[in-house]
Amino acid sequence: MRHTISVLVENEFGVLTRVAGLFSGRGFNIESLSVAPTLDATISRMTIVTSGDDRILEQINKQLNKLIDTIKVIDFTGEDFIEREMALIKVTAEEATRAEILRICDIFRGKVVDITPKCYTVEVTGSPVKVNAIIDLLRPMGIKELVRSGPVVLGRGPKGWKGN
Amino acid sequence: MKLTGSKILLESLVLEGVDTIFGYPGGTVINIYDDLMGSSIKHVLTRHEQAAVHAADGYARATGKVGVAIATSGPGATNTITGIATAYMDSIPLVVITGQVPTALIGNDAFQEADLIGITRPITKHNYLVRDVNELARIIKQAFYIARTGRPGPVVIDLPKDVQIATAKFEYPDTVELRGYKPTFSGNVRMVEKAVKMMLTAKKPVLYVGGGATLADAHNELMELAETLQAPVTTTLMGMACFPTRHPLSLGMLGMHGTYYANMAVTNSDLLIALGARFDDRVTGKISTFAPHAKIIHVDVDPTSIKKNVRVDLPIVGDLRDVLKKMNKKLAEHRDETTQAGETLKPWHMEIAGWRKEQPMTYKSSKTEIKPQFVIEKLRELASDDAIITTEVGQHQMWTAQFFDFTQPRTFLSSGGLGTMGYGLPAALGAQAAFPERQVIDISGDGSFQMNSQELATLVQYRLPVKIVILNNNFLGMVRQWQQLFFDKRYSQTCMELPIDFIKLAEAYGANGLRASRPDEVEEVIRQALAMPGPVIMEFKVSREENVVPMVPAGAGLNEMVLRTA
Ligand SMILES: Cc1ncc(C[n+]2csc(CCOP(=O)(O)OP(=O)(O)O)c2C)c(N)n1
Ligand SMILES: [Mg+2]
Repeated sequence: MRHTISVLVENEFGVLTRVAGLFSGRGFNIESLSVAPTLDATISRMTIVTSGDDRILEQINKQLNKLIDTIKVIDFTGEDFIEREMALIKVTAEEATRAEILRICDIFRGKVVDITPKCYTVEVTGSPVKVNAIIDLLRPMGIKELVRSGPVVLGRGPKGWKGN
Repeated sequence: MKLTGSKILLESLVLEGVDTIFGYPGGTVINIYDDLMGSSIKHVLTRHEQAAVHAADGYARATGKVGVAIATSGPGATNTITGIATAYMDSIPLVVITGQVPTALIGNDAFQEADLIGITRPITKHNYLVRDVNELARIIKQAFYIARTGRPGPVVIDLPKDVQIATAKFEYPDTVELRGYKPTFSGNVRMVEKAVKMMLTAKKPVLYVGGGATLADAHNELMELAETLQAPVTTTLMGMACFPTRHPLSLGMLGMHGTYYANMAVTNSDLLIALGARFDDRVTGKISTFAPHAKIIHVDVDPTSIKKNVRVDLPIVGDLRDVLKKMNKKLAEHRDETTQAGETLKPWHMEIAGWRKEQPMTYKSSKTEIKPQFVIEKLRELASDDAIITTEVGQHQMWTAQFFDFTQPRTFLSSGGLGTMGYGLPAALGAQAAFPERQVIDISGDGSFQMNSQELATLVQYRLPVKIVILNNNFLGMVRQWQQLFFDKRYSQTCMELPIDFIKLAEAYGANGLRASRPDEVEEVIRQALAMPGPVIMEFKVSREENVVPMVPAGAGLNEMVLRTA
């Protein structure tokens, strides 16, 4: 089963390798990982999408917690949370397809952020499902290149990760 | 007052109570070695950095304190890797200090540069690259704290040369502030109560004790629990010596080369109480048939150990000694029931006695050949009660676990998790440095001994009177045994064709050597050696193709032991 986990870590040298190394060393799967500092510059927040059965997820959780640099681990599975991902998609834009690209873009509240005579670059944000959907629709026009950020997540409601 | 990084390091070690360190000098630690000349800390110069780390490890296992080793950058640092991994697998508290090239050169493939932080990340509890001398004192304080608390383990401090030379105001912090590291010490009382309830109703309980009991110094509490419950006790290799093997409740070791009765007891038990043990594959055999009828209580200080390999009915996270104290206290409220325990569990004890009688831990003795097990038994007879025994890895290690009766905690030092040949001699060196007056004996094989035999020089130089038993079968015996049993006796590369004259080798280093080739010489050799003042090698020409039994073949269940081999 797919799990989205937030890990708050000390914003220190080498922390990313510790987390990535933990996953590879123990044979855990990483689907995506994104990381950046938080409001408090001494803390970074990682969002990791992984998968495995309950036993593996329990181990991932505990092993992450065991790292000295880990401050908090939040597994959002079963929680109410907002999940967003961004994609930049370079798609071939011929005479015949330009209007269609723009219409798809519009429906997904995407933006065209770069234009050349034969190519549009589309920026879109949304849940991974939504990003998958627009990619599927654009694919027939010819996607030349594509980059996805991997999702970031926050729990819904007034509470922050510190519980207040 | 401002001090150099190198002086800050040594002052901090003194404040941490470090009296002895083990190491080897080189260019990037030369400043530290210079300052060592004026320090109260005793330095033992081993002949290899791997041995320095094993020695610090032996020192730590024997004393319970944090062991400290030091090595130079590059090759010195990479030589420490096996030592660090050995300590990591057995959760031994170490602080390993490595020199590093100056910060400005890091990443440039400088002379004797190796990315030690990268290399040691998966084999340390934590590691630090010190980039600023102002952080050094705090990092050392944290390193010692992390190494010895929670589930202990090795911590590496990689110290660039320029940081050793730079100066800073020296203030050693009183406290440690680590928001990401708060190990659970105190066991949850409600869980303890639940555990006690399960213990009181169990008909076939077994205490399964691992290295965590040694690490938590919980032997007294363990004894109280076992005797109150009248529950049989089996230990892992790492838990050995935490519970006296001659005690009527002792089942000896379980697992691959465990006793028949320990493995049968576990297989048939209805309540397995795991104390500071981690259900290693060498212990469980095939997981699906491991303790199939038992509810499992698992006490461990490390939450990741719990439910990693087996299902657990009642987990308790906490320091083992704390948890056992709470259990004993709770059990004291149930005197009525516990005074009856011997009676209540009588059928279980009888069943176990039956297995014990059916397959006792024994071997076929010989009048013509020296049986390795016989040497171990004789050694037990003649060595003092508080002798510290170390081993290498192989058949001799298993025979030691099977036939040497341990009576006191921290008297059996062996590489369990990593299984490192070459561990025993330097570990004995470290233990002897900690306890100059006690008997320290390395039980070795002819193969393992040659992995760190250079440490004979260190023993002689520092007058460390370690006694070395070599059970010489002229084979890499344990591997040969597998080849005999599972590869049709195809002994590929397990016979060292060149027999070594270990007596001459001892003499070359200025130590003594004695040899026994017949059973009737064994006792005299041991007596003489133990009476000699300095390090002594005792070489025993043992029967070459003796096998370690019982044996649970890899992948089989604990109840599928091979009891004898042709
Ligand atoms: C460093 C290392 N290399 C290889 C092994 C694999 N190994 C395990 S036991 C063994 C044989 C040990 O031979 P010896 O020390 O003579 O002991 P014996 O089994 O003969 O008692 C070997 C090679 C190991 N455990 N450690
Ligand atoms: Mg041998």
